[in-house]
Amino acid sequence: MSPSPAVQELVLAVVKIALVIGALLGLFSLMTWIERRTLAFMQLRLGPNRTGPFGILQPVADGIKLFFKEEVMPAAANKWAFLAAPVLAVGTALLAVAVLPYGPPFTLPAWGLLPEWLRGRTMQIQIAAIDVGVLFIFAITALGVYSVVIAGWAANNKYGMLGALRSSAQMFSYELALGLSWVGVIMLAGSFQITDIVNAQAGWFWRWNAFLQLPAFVVYCIAATAEVARIPFDLPEGETELVAGFHVEYSSMRFALIQMAEYINMITVAVIATNLFLGGWHSGIPGLPSEGLLGFVWWGGKVAVVLFVFIWLRGTLPRFRYDQLMNVGWKVLIPVAAVWILITAAGVALLPGLFPVASR
Amino acid sequence: MDAILFYVFAAVAVASAIVVIAQRNPMYSAFALIVTLCSLSVIFGLLGSPFIAVLQVIVYAGAIMVLFLFVLMLLNVRREEDAPGRGGRTLRGIALALVTLLVLQAGAVLLRPSPGPAAQFDASTRAMATVLFSPHFLYAFEATSILILAALVGAVALAKKEL
Repeated sequence: MSPSPAVQELVLAVVKIALVIGALLGLFSLMTWIERRTLAFMQLRLGPNRTGPFGILQPVADGIKLFFKEEVMPAAANKWAFLAAPVLAVGTALLAVAVLPYGPPFTLPAWGLLPEWLRGRTMQIQIAAIDVGVLFIFAITALGVYSVVIAGWAANNKYGMLGALRSSAQMFSYELALGLSWVGVIMLAGSFQITDIVNAQAGWFWRWNAFLQLPAFVVYCIAATAEVARIPFDLPEGETELVAGFHVEYSSMRFALIQMAEYINMITVAVIATNLFLGGWHSGIPGLPSEGLLGFVWWGGKVAVVLFVFIWLRGTLPRFRYDQLMNVGWKVLIPVAAVWILITAAGVALLPGLFPVASR
Repeated sequence: MDAILFYVFAAVAVASAIVVIAQRNPMYSAFALIVTLCSLSVIFGLLGSPFIAVLQVIVYAGAIMVLFLFVLMLLNVRREEDAPGRGGRTLRGIALALVTLLVLQAGAVLLRPSPGPAAQFDASTRAMATVLFSPHFLYAFEATSILILAALVGAVALAKKEL
């Protein structure tokens, strides 16, 4: 006897949520280690190499350390807001991952271990395939600003406050460029659904939006780096000037939560770049298959490359000055993205043969 | 399931809306307003219009409320002091709200408007775009965007001493 379809959907959703969040948390701790090691090699150091083979257990040690540290709350802090901010940060970070597809659709094998209703079922690792996937991510990014603002404000610390102000202005400015850079991609695919956008990029690799939409891709890369406040756009933290910006007063597990939210946002941004611009799970060469396990390999490889580029940038670039940051955002990225939207719209309207819109 | 979610988020929306006006600390009022807007967005989603739901969050919670918070933080607004005679005005306010509600309800009962075509209403993104860009609404839509542009230029002209 198989359970009703609603129960089946519910079970699948719960399993997917557990899988995605578990994988993200694992990847987050691994990323901290990879980042430190890679940066160390770029600076001719060794990095953490003492805990376990190659130091791979360093995240575990860090976790235990953070867990047992004393939690300090400033006496003048706004208690509830101070406690809520890290939770909000992780909450918004984990909400955004819900609509992203992770790898191609696949068919479950008919193993005897699986319950009958699961055997041979075609599915995809995507928690919610909603109609407006891209816009949903945009909305959640917009909400992500609050965790930073509240964290900086609630601690009642001047550095925190300055960090929060800088950060809200920065995220606010680059959000626009980020959103505009997606518009051309959406127009080419004719859909807000991320799976449709990925499938519109099938075939040769010059069908990837990174090539068809090169200006949009460049704008996306810059705006996304600024949105997750990574070097060279890490002004909200600004270690050398604001000590740590908005999370200066956080310690112990709350600090770890904020750190976790930042890394999850970075992974999300890499996954979006892969799905929207780098052809997702498509191999880019028609002869090479991109179904099943191989699709996951392509997809994972692309995400890994984007993540590596983030670390690489951190190892090589200095921080922007604040006025430079604002100038780049408002006077370069947004005009470029806006003009590119016009060009793409003209292309889609005038040359329908060259850009066949997937679902019209 | 939908009904349960609707009642939960409707309750959250109403409760946080009350907090917005009852709270004396402007910062908390702003936070409560964000909660209201987000729960309204969930209700839009439950009504079958994910596009409106997402727009609600992007425009109101994401853009406008950030500006509100920004100003509140910069001005460092303190807790508002209770003005004298507040109790009486609160009572009068509640009375007025109740009377308004009563009048509206009475109007709804008396006029008995036909139930809206909610069931057949297609609120998908494509349907919305088709309606919005049909000759029916196109001019109003474009006029609104020009109005917003004018407001933008005006704001810059006011804020900037020398251009």
